[in-house]
Amino acid sequence: MSHPARYRLSPPLWLRCLCILGIVGALALAFAGTAGWLTPHRLTAGRLVDQFQRNAGIFPGYRRNHAKGVCLLGEFRSSGLAATISRAEVFAVGARTPIVGRLAIPGSNPYAPDGSVPIRSMALRFTQQNGQQWRTGMNAMPVFAVATPQAFYEQLQAQQLLPATGKPDPARVAAFFATHPETGAFRAWARTAKPSASYATERYNSLDAFEFVDAHGRRQAVRWSMVPEPAMPLQAAASGTTEDDLAADLSARLRQGPLRWRLLITLAAPGDPTADATRAWPEGRRQIEAGTLIVQAEESQIRGACRDVNYDPLVLPDGIQASDDPLLPARSAAYADSYLRRTTEVAEGKGPVAETSSSRSLSP
Amino acid sequence: MKSPTQVFSWPARWLHGTMAVLILLMLFIGVGMVASVSRWHSWLVAVHKPLGMVLLLLVIVRIAVRVCFPPPALPTDLPSIQRSLAHASHWLLYALMLALPLAGWSMLSAGGYPVMLGSSLRLPAIVRADATVFAVLRHLHAVLAFLLFAVILAHLAAALYHGWIRRDGVLGSMFWRRGNR
Repeated sequence: MSHPARYRLSPPLWLRCLCILGIVGALALAFAGTAGWLTPHRLTAGRLVDQFQRNAGIFPGYRRNHAKGVCLLGEFRSSGLAATISRAEVFAVGARTPIVGRLAIPGSNPYAPDGSVPIRSMALRFTQQNGQQWRTGMNAMPVFAVATPQAFYEQLQAQQLLPATGKPDPARVAAFFATHPETGAFRAWARTAKPSASYATERYNSLDAFEFVDAHGRRQAVRWSMVPEPAMPLQAAASGTTEDDLAADLSARLRQGPLRWRLLITLAAPGDPTADATRAWPEGRRQIEAGTLIVQAEESQIRGACRDVNYDPLVLPDGIQASDDPLLPARSAAYADSYLRRTTEVAEGKGPVAETSSSRSLSP
Repeated sequence: MKSPTQVFSWPARWLHGTMAVLILLMLFIGVGMVASVSRWHSWLVAVHKPLGMVLLLLVIVRIAVRVCFPPPALPTDLPSIQRSLAHASHWLLYALMLALPLAGWSMLSAGGYPVMLGSSLRLPAIVRADATVFAVLRHLHAVLAFLLFAVILAHLAAALYHGWIRRDGVLGSMFWRRGNR
């Protein structure tokens, strides 16, 4: 039997056009949805940084948090003791790794008085021989106030200043703490914490947990701390807590000699929470002294090597990995957003370098 | 309507299909990862970088394939404005496929980041660390990505127009074997 010419039921033209537009439109919609443009209430890195700016205003060229600080130069001398639990080069026996660091205080205002907040922070970038880097940001507090980025955002929102009073709304702040009992441990500490007049006497803690990976691929959950070695008493008498005590104190101490911290690694026992920075691990956990940080020099953060460093805690060498702590990816995303905003401001000539004339010329 | 008597070579077709899927995936991963604050952020970034390098290698191979196996001609009855738009959009697609991974690699280099593809594979920096250059490249990477997405949507719409409206064999030259459909 011969087949007639193939008879095909063809959809009408308008339907075919509609299908094409439908497919293209669906793709565009899915793209917009993935980008967060259709869900203004979904928490994104940009919205976190926007809230910092709503709370404190914009200081072009500066970090959106831990804005006031000073650069450090030095090196880390490994004790070799941590090499058994991490294959990162920085921990190898005899390894000496240069660091570019930063000491700072939390807050978005680079001109805030040092006494305005009781917390001090230390950030470090280790550059290994093999070119891999380890970047870490630590705070001198025993636990973090919140466990999740959503809670952090809510805390920021509660701290937004009322136009009428120039202060946060006390009812809103109270409501936040009432609905976030996990902040209890931090608040108990903060009640009696006094702002230190020196960066050199502080113990800086990772707060977030990480995983060390050894040469055989075995994993160990850890937190770490930079524990200060007793600093020499200053020859000049310390003044009272004034606006810029910390920087002056640091300069004076470094003129007398390098400052040292010991890197203490605390190993989690099975069951210790790694996804909750509000919970300290019980006393008596095994600890390893991984080496000594030697801070040899400081530089102003406007001209220093730390200025253009984004201390993203997820820039990690082979041998260190993130834990399941939900704060880590949020920090990484938010810091990247802040870094782009401030480097864009510098590129546009609005950053702090522009204010201080001479030093560097910006490319047009 | 006349049909072309040629189809794209099988390497070209394989590369087209594979890269179409991977590039669309990359574009979605890109916008998703910068917006996310959850574990998705880490996973997507971890995929984005090595996938970008894979696409860079593939586009270089693809350019070689295009040179060695010239593509079939467009239908002779295609209006010249459509012919020009087609050629321009294909040039643009190739330029963007090449520029995007290079912009990403140089952006990370300018930001002083180690360019890691996984926990231990590190690529060398291809530009010096410079905050201003970083900012420019980071914005460029985003602009080029959005442009690529827009051109892909137009390319897709045009392909379906050839296939479902004009029915001129162009779609078949990329997707089916020799012979009419």
